[in-house]
Amino acid sequence: MKMKVIVTPKAAVLDPQGAAVLEAMQHLGMPGVRSVRIGRYLEIDVDGNEAEVEPRLHELCRDLLSNPVIEDYELAKAEEGKK
Amino acid sequence: MKFGVVQFPGSNCDQDCVGAINSLEGATAEFVWHKETSLDAYDAIVLPGGFSYGDYLRCGAIAQFSPIMQAVIKDAAAGKLVIGICNGFQILCEAGMLPGALVRNRSLRFVCDMATTRVEVPHSPFTIGCPEGTLLRLPVAHGEGCFYADEETLRELKQNRQVVLRYVDSNGNAVPEANPNGSVENIAGICNAQRNVFGLMPHPDRACDPRLGSGDGVKIFRSMMEAVAHEGAQAA
Repeated sequence: MKMKVIVTPKAAVLDPQGAAVLEAMQHLGMPGVRSVRIGRYLEIDVDGNEAEVEPRLHELCRDLLSNPVIEDYELAKAEEGKK
Repeated sequence: MKFGVVQFPGSNCDQDCVGAINSLEGATAEFVWHKETSLDAYDAIVLPGGFSYGDYLRCGAIAQFSPIMQAVIKDAAAGKLVIGICNGFQILCEAGMLPGALVRNRSLRFVCDMATTRVEVPHSPFTIGCPEGTLLRLPVAHGEGCFYADEETLRELKQNRQVVLRYVDSNGNAVPEANPNGSVENIAGICNAQRNVFGLMPHPDRACDPRLGSGDGVKIFRSMMEAVAHEGAQAA
């Protein structure tokens, strides 16, 4: 089963990388860009059924894959053949 | 007094820490591989700087699950002194032993410089002999040293006097220009509520000989020795 995890910095946490990219995008002719936040994307291929795997993955998202002090995460099933 | 200096794969200040501590009279330091499971042989624990596990995922994120960390957590809960320097500070935060987190420097640049820090607490086991307001010159070298804590955590840290060191200018003022990484309120080092776990981004281990630009780091290790000796005297 393929799962995907998206980790993003919390709104209150400064994201200097995002701010630098925002500036570059504006500089390249897109003044309408209001915010850029840079996070992390993980693709996870795991054995087992969704009912067992999902709660365990949520635990690992909190303990390892994200740091809840500074980041939020989203866990979802990846559609086959698509990202 | 015996210090245990934990070596994670990717630690690179472990030698500095052992060398600095062994140069102090009355102190010995030994390496402890991260796969070990006991720190019973040591009076104090050092988590050194470096890039444990290549800083993959987040700095300190993977090291927090090394086998030795169970012993670090257990011994810290029992009151043993633990100091985390640079990557060691990041590991302590990731492990939840200290509040807050260390994120990418605001400048997005790796900073490698001498910093002036100010002791912000009247007393702690890490600042004996350094009254509040004492300035310590210590080098910094990090890319992810920007301390972040939400407002509530920050309020608690200040209320409990857990902010041990702030970055200041040469006059002792915590001005933005003295902040090398964008840390909230110029915070350079904090301790836990029990005051036996201390994390800091600057390197006392690289400031233990005036020939290296500063000997102020000695004060922190000596303070730990004094705190342990005092505790031993009380227990006896």
